[in-house]
Amino acid sequence: MANKVTAAKEFIKGLWDQNPVFKQVLGMCPVLAVTVSAENGIAMALATTFVLVFSSFVVSIIKNWIPSQVRIAAYILIIATFVTIVDLVMKAQFPALSKALGPFIPLIIVNCLILGRQEAFASKNSVGRAVLDALGMGTGFLIALFLLGATRELFGTGMILGFQIMPEVYEPWLIMILPAGAFLTLGLMMGFFNSYSEKKKAEERNTIVEKYRQAKRQAETKPLEAN
Amino acid sequence: MELLLIFLSAAIVNNFVLSYFLGICPFIGVSNKISSAFSMGLAATFVMSITSIVTWLIYHLILVPNNLEFLQYVSFILVIASLVQFVEMFIKKVSQPLYRALGIFLPLITTNCAILGLALFIVLKEYTFIEGIVFGLGAGAGFTLAITLMAGIREELDLADVPKPFQGAPITLVVAGILAMAFMGFAGLI
Repeated sequence: MANKVTAAKEFIKGLWDQNPVFKQVLGMCPVLAVTVSAENGIAMALATTFVLVFSSFVVSIIKNWIPSQVRIAAYILIIATFVTIVDLVMKAQFPALSKALGPFIPLIIVNCLILGRQEAFASKNSVGRAVLDALGMGTGFLIALFLLGATRELFGTGMILGFQIMPEVYEPWLIMILPAGAFLTLGLMMGFFNSYSEKKKAEERNTIVEKYRQAKRQAETKPLEAN
Repeated sequence: MELLLIFLSAAIVNNFVLSYFLGICPFIGVSNKISSAFSMGLAATFVMSITSIVTWLIYHLILVPNNLEFLQYVSFILVIASLVQFVEMFIKKVSQPLYRALGIFLPLITTNCAILGLALFIVLKEYTFIEGIVFGLGAGAGFTLAITLMAGIREELDLADVPKPFQGAPITLVVAGILAMAFMGFAGLI
């Protein structure tokens, strides 16, 4: 039972507590480059998740046979193989999307998020856990890319996923879909998320202190009642 | 003239960091001090110019004649990783002061997406051998310029009163955004 709870946690931690983009600041290049629209963000995140899950799966299986001196090179080769698969499939099935993402699909190879998870997690844990962790991190990446892509698309064109959201009179902020907008949006978002989670942490701390004080008060009053 | 345009376009107008978002990790990670940022830029430029030569040769002399283009990602990343290792050993042997200046940055460069991105762009844009080298040099110069400028701003930023949730990565990204806006002014140059 205890094992089951922690297994679920391996998945959930990637969604928010250790969100690869907002908390760990990993894999920045694709995050900034492809989030011109929500659709591109989703496609990029799905491709990255696919590579992440399968390379975590393979690495956790063969972790005991890789000599530690060449492990990084071995991980990169495994990742590059899966990226090639993704790239060829996308070129054949979704040519428009593949063109929009351009060289950023092959650049998944050097996404530090993937290599980081292999080194920090998959190479030390069982297959099931490695896959769960990879799925969680991938989903966290998806959430971040969708949020960023949707925000930029909303302010830059007035639409999300091609649906008009803003009223017709809205003048699109061109800067949001230009490179500068990517830096600004991500920086501001990260700052606001930080201040939100800090506020939450402070609240939690206060409730714990409050509980402790109450317990102490009760403990102090009890002996008096006994008298 | 053509070559000069390629160089300027890679270095300033389509700056690798500020408009293609390549090499963001070191851009945020190593831009604390001007001196280390400049060394990182030099090391990256060095590896970039060699990479552009080697990957061009591999792609056009080995992969294309044998119809092995689908192996380009695997072979490029292998070449870059071993190249960085080799450059590190070579510098260590030849020049100790240079090794001390660049040494710690070289391993980081393997996973710098600017290097692999450069190799991919050279294939994508179908550059000739010479054009490829110039493009590599330009991209390296652009990376050095961006990371050094960023370090200069961040040194001043240490003295500013930044709100606590924005300290670290968030404020760096906002500054990078403003820098990218400034670089947009070069867009009409070419």
